Amino acid sequence: MSRRPADAGRARTWRRLGSLAVVVVAAGALSGCTVPSFGAHSSATTGGRQTYHLWQGFTIGAIVVGGLTLALILWAAVRYRSRSSDVHMPRQTQYHLPLEIVYTVIPILIVLVLFAFTVVVENEVTATPSVSRENTIRVQAFQWGWRFFYPGFVITGQTTQKPTLEMPANQDVKIVLQSLDVVHGFYVPVFNFSRYALPGVTNFFVFHPTQTGTFFGQCTQLCGLYHSLMWFQVKVVTPAQYATWLSSQQTAAARLAAAAARQSSLQQGTSGIQVRPDIGGGTN
Amino acid sequence: MTELIERQTAGGDGAIVVEVHEAPHDAHEHHEPTGILKWLTSTDHKVIGLSYTVTSLVMFLIAGALAELIRIQLATPNSSFVSLGEFNQLFTMHGSLMIYLFIGPFAFGGLANIIVPLQVGAPDMAFPRLNALSYWLYLSGSITMLLGFFVAGGPADFGWVGYAPLSTSIYSPGAGPDLWIAALLLSGFSAIFTGVNLCATIFYLRAPGMTMFRMPIFTWNMLVVGILILLAFPVLTAGLIMLYCDRHFGTHIYSLKGGGVPVLWQHIFWFWGHPEVYILALPFFGVVTDVIATFSHKPVFGYKGMVFATITIAALSMGVWAHHMFTTGVVLLPFFSIMSLLIAVPTGIKFFNWIGTMWGGRVRWSTAMLFAVGFLITFLFGGLTGIYLASPPLDFFTHDTYFVVAHFHSVVLALGMGAMAGLYYWGPKITGYMLDERIGKLHFWLFFIGANVMVLPQYWLGLLGMPRRVGVYPHNPEWTDLNQWATVGSVMMGVATLLFLVNIVYSWFKRVPAGDNPWDAQTLEWFTTSPPPHHNYYALPPIRSERPTWDYNHPGAPALVHGHREEPEASELARV
Repeated sequence: MSRRPADAGRARTWRRLGSLAVVVVAAGALSGCTVPSFGAHSSATTGGRQTYHLWQGFTIGAIVVGGLTLALILWAAVRYRSRSSDVHMPRQTQYHLPLEIVYTVIPILIVLVLFAFTVVVENEVTATPSVSRENTIRVQAFQWGWRFFYPGFVITGQTTQKPTLEMPANQDVKIVLQSLDVVHGFYVPVFNFSRYALPGVTNFFVFHPTQTGTFFGQCTQLCGLYHSLMWFQVKVVTPAQYATWLSSQQTAAARLAAAAARQSSLQQGTSGIQVRPDIGGGTN
Repeated sequence: MTELIERQTAGGDGAIVVEVHEAPHDAHEHHEPTGILKWLTSTDHKVIGLSYTVTSLVMFLIAGALAELIRIQLATPNSSFVSLGEFNQLFTMHGSLMIYLFIGPFAFGGLANIIVPLQVGAPDMAFPRLNALSYWLYLSGSITMLLGFFVAGGPADFGWVGYAPLSTSIYSPGAGPDLWIAALLLSGFSAIFTGVNLCATIFYLRAPGMTMFRMPIFTWNMLVVGILILLAFPVLTAGLIMLYCDRHFGTHIYSLKGGGVPVLWQHIFWFWGHPEVYILALPFFGVVTDVIATFSHKPVFGYKGMVFATITIAALSMGVWAHHMFTTGVVLLPFFSIMSLLIAVPTGIKFFNWIGTMWGGRVRWSTAMLFAVGFLITFLFGGLTGIYLASPPLDFFTHDTYFVVAHFHSVVLALGMGAMAGLYYWGPKITGYMLDERIGKLHFWLFFIGANVMVLPQYWLGLLGMPRRVGVYPHNPEWTDLNQWATVGSVMMGVATLLFLVNIVYSWFKRVPAGDNPWDAQTLEWFTTSPPPHHNYYALPPIRSERPTWDYNHPGAPALVHGHREEPEASELARV
């Protein structure tokens, strides 16, 4: 029968694929813990780092499964392509139940493993331990800008300006997220995390930054005309710098409030990044 | 009413042919109108289906042109090619036209409308006048959507998902959003009526011998799509009516101020929106299944597994909507995560069945087959990245970034390739003429390479943190190169689409007759003439398996189970 060479070829292919798999696994094991990033950022928070490792795990799985599937697709399409002179009638195989069971059960097992890791990391990144008042920042999103409420003062920035969300490194920082109007998305790429600011819902989550530095943040959920310009930045500083900054801002805000009280009118700024006393205005 | 008279005669080669004759009093079919009057008044599923196909392809061209404008804007970080307001309108209309008015109507109003009655051996859809109503509603909806460009304030600009409260009258006043809502209501009702028609046709109008498990996979998938349409579209319709009431009649269903719940819109929208993903995908799963089997000269591998995979996907798709809402903070994460992850299993079964169908076959690289393989590869990327998005922590990481844009463009561009596979495969059956294969192959390669040149950099952009729906990115010049690659890819697809139009015109003038069965295909529709006559069949072959045309043409090559002929088939053949 003309099928014999094909069968032999198939066995050879399987052996080749098997040895390839062994080589890939061995190379992975020998290279130790240096798993590539696959394009993602290793993150500047502990939760983000967990997400990053989950990303690496998923990607290794995707490369193995996707690579195998892609190889099988290309192999089947190329190896069995008909030449112009070829008019043979292929074997009309329609069912192979054991094979079908194998490729049903294996994906179920893979999915269960992925789900188990997902739940572990999910519990990690959504955990909300109790956080001190100084480290609790209320973030208010509005069309089109952000307000950051610290104990005693507020920072506001809108359209094309980048207000700064300052927070201490190596401590838990709680963000209480609200929206004044439509749905916005609070997203800091290097924290590997985003959350909606939903009108009528107060979302909260806890970051534990591990690196100092200034990081870019932006609204991710379409919120109208100037959605593209709704930027902010996150500045992670040492806890000592944070404490100094916090008290200096509070002092400045208190002085401002006192001056305002003397004038018995509060300066109402309309635009620009400002530091103002938190007099309870602008809340929901 | 047409009366069908069935009579069994011995065919030339000994096979039994069931001849279907129309009763003599139906001879007035020759007085049917022609030309524009035929198009306006016809209830023939083939005429309606062709109208659907042409209209949806026009929507595809308009939406594609909008995409090119989007890509021109994004090729530089601080472009002023269009204003930010115009940019919001561009991507809203691009998405709305593609999703609501091209890929879905093309699948269930165009291809399925023509092919499903042929595949089950029916003379027409079950409710021909309802079918005509579907088309006219769809055309009205399409025109209504496009009218948005001509009103003060322009078309809707709140994204194709229209999240409340941005889509309420406070934040998006004007006629454009109202036209958007009206367009979706019209096209939504058209989809519902088509769903009714598909289910009724497949359940009640199958030819003698065409049992459920002898239906082609395309027809099976369209049955499941019909059911999904009936489950999902009424919810969207209700949601849209409530949105309209919020905008004009003073209700506060989605607005906080009257005690409403803004997030309700997201629940309603995605309760329709995720089944909708499979309403769009399953037809093209069916197309590539039929195409791959035909051009591999083999039966569909794991046919019954394929059917159960389709049903499983549909069932799971009703319980995964909130994976679009992981970052809202108000949904139960693990439930929607495992439901979403599980969809990978039946989808994986389909992939291995497609590979198994090609395996050991005689694979002919026709244009349709190339598009089908292009579908497999592109959909593989979309499917794998979908698994990431089913995991809440990874979704927090990538939600509303270009990673998601890339994910669903992999998916829908794969579906677009499925659509092209369907056109190159069934085009000859519908028109009676072949599409040119040389231009077709060029069309494929340009489109396939362009699609992936556009999409693959966008995954990376998402990982770098580029949010979707932003028109400028002055603070992030490092995103420029990848965006320019995406623009190059989109231009390649644009050129490929122009080549497709050239192919249609060229083939129209060249007029190479197709014959009944140019591909040596297997399913019933290839038994009739190309194009099929009024009421589709002069004669039907005996239907004893899911590939009656193949059995008729190749009596010595029945399907094998574990290397054996399936027993009932063998005994039936022995009798003949």
